[in-house]
Amino acid sequence: MTLSNTDTIDLGSLFEPAGVVVAGASSHPGKFGFAVLHNIITCGYQGRVFATNRNGGNLLGIECLTSVAQVPAGQADLVYVCVPAAAVAQVLRDAASVGIRAAFIASSGFGEGHDGEGAAHGAELAALADELGMVIAGPNGQGLVSTPVSLCAQFVGPFPPAGGVSIVSQSGNLASGAMNYATASGVGVARAISAGNATCLGVDDYIGWLADDPATTAIVAYIEGVADARRFYETVKAATARKPVVVVKGGTSDDGARAAASHTGSLATNDRIFDGMLRQAGVWRSPDIGAAFGAAAALAVHQPMQGPNVAFLTTAGGWGVLTADALAPSPLRLMELPDDLMSALDDVLPPRWSKGNPIDVAGGETRDTIPNALHLLAAHPSVDGVLMLGMGIQSNTAALMRRGQFSELEDIDRICSFHERQDQRYAEAIVDASAATGTPILAATELALSNPENPGPATLREHGHPCYTSPADAVGAFSALFARGRHLHQQ
Amino acid sequence: MTTTLSEAESKKLLATYGLPVLDERTVKTAAGAVEASDAIGYPCVLKLCGDGIAHKTERNLVRLSLGSAAEVDRAAQELLGQATDDDGDVELLLAPMIRATREFIVGADRTGDFGPVVMVGVGGIFAEALEDVVFRLLPAEEHELNAMLDDLDTQAMLGEFRGEPAVDRSQLLAVIEAVGSAMIDRADIESIDINPVLIADGQAVAVDALVAVRS
Repeated sequence: MTLSNTDTIDLGSLFEPAGVVVAGASSHPGKFGFAVLHNIITCGYQGRVFATNRNGGNLLGIECLTSVAQVPAGQADLVYVCVPAAAVAQVLRDAASVGIRAAFIASSGFGEGHDGEGAAHGAELAALADELGMVIAGPNGQGLVSTPVSLCAQFVGPFPPAGGVSIVSQSGNLASGAMNYATASGVGVARAISAGNATCLGVDDYIGWLADDPATTAIVAYIEGVADARRFYETVKAATARKPVVVVKGGTSDDGARAAASHTGSLATNDRIFDGMLRQAGVWRSPDIGAAFGAAAALAVHQPMQGPNVAFLTTAGGWGVLTADALAPSPLRLMELPDDLMSALDDVLPPRWSKGNPIDVAGGETRDTIPNALHLLAAHPSVDGVLMLGMGIQSNTAALMRRGQFSELEDIDRICSFHERQDQRYAEAIVDASAATGTPILAATELALSNPENPGPATLREHGHPCYTSPADAVGAFSALFARGRHLHQQ
Repeated sequence: MTTTLSEAESKKLLATYGLPVLDERTVKTAAGAVEASDAIGYPCVLKLCGDGIAHKTERNLVRLSLGSAAEVDRAAQELLGQATDDDGDVELLLAPMIRATREFIVGADRTGDFGPVVMVGVGGIFAEALEDVVFRLLPAEEHELNAMLDDLDTQAMLGEFRGEPAVDRSQLLAVIEAVGSAMIDRADIESIDINPVLIADGQAVAVDALVAVRS
């Protein structure tokens, strides 16, 4: 679909189809045509499912048709195509004839190998999209995910939990990568698409639609190149006025300066201009998929920061020191605590607290110390963000006691349960206080890696809140929230 | 075909878009140069300019720190003697000598993929080693251009520096805006280099300029 302007293309039939056809379904579990049908059925897709196979037969409980033209008219909106490249055009014509308006093409052989025949198929595909008035995703992509309709139309895993992050990727594997981070963190996904060769629909087309998608609260995109940089810029800039967008740009090392008559021209490498363009469009750029998902998770769950002031609340001194170091080169500030906040903290913290930021309770906390302090900090007008460090330590102690030979002792069980309830309470206070005040509260602990079942990180995961595993990751997420606040302020 | 405007013509063009420039004079003769240098004061700088002269430094066509009428007279005669037939019409550009420790580069270019872009970066002798430059697409809003300065890696260049006050950001922004406006307004401009933009007592001033136009 060639558009000269930046009108949003309606992708509703791609992401919220009432029925899906798998064209080229297979009985062989090693084939794409089996895996995608399997994933659509087992992940609980809520719409009608059809499949075609040259020989008919029953696959996974579905009676296969021998042609897409046999699908009852108006019963399906999306066809997932995994037939050979030469057969794709006929499948699309058949699909259009029964009212199907969207296609995802997994098949390869459309020019990605830089062969003449493939390139011809690619050109044919673009023309066909226009002729049939269909939106065509791919070709040479893994598939798409849409949790609001429980659709897992891809031949790979995972099927992530539902949430607000939407993913657009020019690499199928990095789409999976982002969804793996979603699965690990519990910060769920709304839509995800592997754009493949992006012959008809480009990364910017997806971003444009997702910006208006009520299920999407943040967008993360992996990009290697764009067909029309100006159109990309206009579309994404318009999108960031509505939703936060995080981009990872691949291929930055292959970026030699070009010969140019002017100094400016010789310094104008592709990546430098791309970087400036992303900043100008209000995009947050991340160096890799893990950092990008971490930033998108914070943006999806929390309100933007209204200023640079961050308070650390910690039960563990060293983490506070390292995180302060990580914060120093960023535009964020390890804030000075105003007098009224200092005296309010004095009322809820043990006497030996650090009397400054990082707010170190130095192991003197009792049952409600941390939740009270979190609520106090988040509610104070001078605090723009709160970082909780040291969550999960008590449960980690409990875990070792529960594995030991004295675990049956009544006192051990009682204390372990108290420890575990405490970390759960801290996580719940993070969720409640950030929701009540709009002040982002992030948590960082490597226990989210070493023991995901620790009640601290596990409770955050159940609530769909991120738990960062390093100071640098948490600082990156805060930086994205601060940049987002500044961007919206400038609009 | 692309041709370059002389330094004087480049500055004259960009000054209409608000480029901060020095009190400069163009003259045709050594006698004219002396008259002009007496008017603007010493020390001063003398350069040989012309549409055919794009790279003065490489050809040794710049004389710095001229302290008297006699020095100006001698330098003017030397420079006029260095003009070649290929240079076409030439003239002498006389400007006050500015002492500055900080240099920036500002420019613009028309790229195939991104269209017109504007750039600001750290200039001077370490510019090529640092390659600390920031781009934006044109046209751009003022706050977008202002944010370019925040994106420079070497932020220390903008603050107080060796006894000098911090850079007046509005002045440096005026250079970027002038370059951006000219690029949008004049579709025939292929590229602009302002190199260097000197910072003297915190104030930005364009000391050299080169505009390339499609003819």
